Amino acid sequence: MGNTITEKILMAHTGLKKITPGQLINAKVDIALGNDITAPIAVKEFDKAGGKKVFNKNKIALVLDHFTPNKDINSAQQCKAVREFARKHKITHFYEGGNVGVEHALLPEKGIVLPGDLVIGADSHTCTYGALGAFATGVGSTDLAAAMLTGELWLKVPPSIKFIIYGKLPKWVSGKDLILNIIGRIGVDGALYQAMEFTGETIRKLPMADRFSMANMAIEAGAKNGIFAPDTITREYVKTRAKRDYKFYASDEDASYTDIIEINAAKLEPQVAFPHLPSNTKGISKAGKVKIDQSLIGSCTNGRIEDLRIAAKILKNRKAASHVRLIVVPATPDIYRQAMKEGLLEIFMKADAVISPPSCGACLGGHLGILAEGERAVATTNRNFVGRMGHTKSEVYLASPAVAAASAVLGRIASPAEL
Amino acid sequence: MICKGKVWKFGDNIDTDAIIPARYLTTSDPQALATHCMEDADPDFVARMKAGDIILGGENFGCGSSREHAPISIKAAGVSCVIAKSFARIFYRNSFNMGLPIFESQELFDAIQDGEEIEVDSTAGTITLTSSNKVFKINSIPPFMEELIADGGLMKHIAGKRGKNEKR
Repeated sequence: MGNTITEKILMAHTGLKKITPGQLINAKVDIALGNDITAPIAVKEFDKAGGKKVFNKNKIALVLDHFTPNKDINSAQQCKAVREFARKHKITHFYEGGNVGVEHALLPEKGIVLPGDLVIGADSHTCTYGALGAFATGVGSTDLAAAMLTGELWLKVPPSIKFIIYGKLPKWVSGKDLILNIIGRIGVDGALYQAMEFTGETIRKLPMADRFSMANMAIEAGAKNGIFAPDTITREYVKTRAKRDYKFYASDEDASYTDIIEINAAKLEPQVAFPHLPSNTKGISKAGKVKIDQSLIGSCTNGRIEDLRIAAKILKNRKAASHVRLIVVPATPDIYRQAMKEGLLEIFMKADAVISPPSCGACLGGHLGILAEGERAVATTNRNFVGRMGHTKSEVYLASPAVAAASAVLGRIASPAEL
Repeated sequence: MICKGKVWKFGDNIDTDAIIPARYLTTSDPQALATHCMEDADPDFVARMKAGDIILGGENFGCGSSREHAPISIKAAGVSCVIAKSFARIFYRNSFNMGLPIFESQELFDAIQDGEEIEVDSTAGTITLTSSNKVFKINSIPPFMEELIADGGLMKHIAGKRGKNEKR
C-alpha cells in the first residue's frame, strides 16, 4: 500500500520507515509560527518551563498581525511581550510595524515556508501553506511553546480525503468558490481530524492565489490540513523566494483514502456562505435580496494581489453604494506596494473604499471594521460565526473578492455578472 | 478523576468565538478570560454556573480558531470538565496540553436534559446520571494522552522527558 503526500511529509520528519493514519508521532518542525494573540501565552509557557534557548532562531516566525497597529493598551502589552522574546532569542523571522503582513500571506511571500516543510502555527489558518505542498496545521499556544523549545511536536497521522476537481471554472468562479462549495457539501466537521487533498485537472491549472484560498479554509471543514501536490505553478512561485532547499512530494497511485469526492467545477456559480456557518453555502443565484452595510476585501483567505486585481477590475469607474462601507485590506506591505504601482489603490479610493493597513483586525472582530447590532457584511474572509466581526446580532456572508466588490457597488449581495 | 456537577447543554459546532469572543483576546489572564466564558453562546452562563459544573456539547465542540484562551477561560471559570459528542481537533489537543479534562460520549447528549446532575469517573470510564443512576461509557483515549494528563500537561511532560535525557 502506498502513501499519501501528507503521510510522506510526516514520515520524512520522523525518521520512521512506515506510518499509518491514527498513529501518534513525534515530528521535527521546520517552521513554528505565532502571532500577537497566541504567542504571548507560548512565551509565558516557554519561560515557565525554564526555557533558556529556542531550538533554532531561524525556524520560528513571530508575526504581530492581529490587533495591530496596536488597538489598545492591552494589545500593545501583548505585542511588547512577544517583541521582547523575539529580541532576546534573536528570532530571524520577526515581523511588526511597516514590515508586518497577515501571517499566512506573508510567510509564503517571503519564502519562509516551502514545499515539503512541516509547519505548525498557533493560528488555525496555518493550514494555508498546504497550497505549497507542505504539511501545515494549526495548533495551540502550549504546542508552540513546546515546538520553540524542542523543535518537535506530537501529531496524530491523519487519514486523507481526496477531492478530484474537473472542468473549466466559469467566469467569476474562483478557488474561494470551490472551497465554499466543498465545505457546503461536507459540513464544518466533514473532514474532522483528516487531510483534504485537492487534485484533478482544474487544480493542476489553478493559480497559487486560489490554492492558498482553498488550503486556508480546510480548517473550516474541521480538517487537520489541506494539501496540493506541488507542480510547475508551485515551482514558479517559490523559485525566486526560497533561500533554502525544498522538496516536492506526491501521493502514490495506490495511496489509501477514506473518501474520494468528485466535483465538476464547470457547473459552479459564485458561492456565498450565509450566517452563521461557513458550510451554510448557496449559489449566488439563490442568495435573494440581502442588503449589506459593509464589504470587506482582504484577509489570509483573499487579501493577495490577485484578489485585489479582481476587485479593482469590478470597482473601476464605479462607486460603493452610499450605504455601504467598503474596506480593502492588502494582506502584506509588498501587496500594498504592488497595488499602489498598478493603480489599484487609486481605483479603490475613487470607489470610496477605506484602505486599511495589513492586519487581521476586521476579520476576527478585533478592530478596523467592527459591525454594529443588526448590520450585515459580505466579507472575503473565512468565518461567519455569531459575533465574528462584531455585535452578536450582526451577520457575515462569506464570498469571493469578485462578489464582495460587486455587492459593494449594488449595496446587496450580488454577482459581478449583474453589473 | 471524579467530576460531579450540573450539566450546561449546548448544541453542535460551538465555536471558539462563542466560547471566548476575539474582542477579549487582548489579554491571556485566565481570570479575565473566565468572566467572558461562553458569552456569545449564553451571555448569562458565567453569572449562573457554579464551580464544578459541566459543559455538554454536541458535535465538533470548539471548532474555529486555535486560541488556547478557549479552554483556559472554561477551566478558569471553574468548569470541571467538558463532554461532547465530538471535539474540533485544535480544541482537543489544547485541552490536553493545558490540562482541561474533556471526554467524548455519543450517547449522553440525547439522554439527558439541561440542568441535570452527573458524575464523571475518568478512571472507570463512566458517566453516571445522578437522578436515575443510569451509566454511560466514555470513549477511551490513547495511552499517550493519558500520559499527558498524568504529567500535568505538555510542558511538564516535555520537562520530564528532557530531564531523563540529560541524566543519561
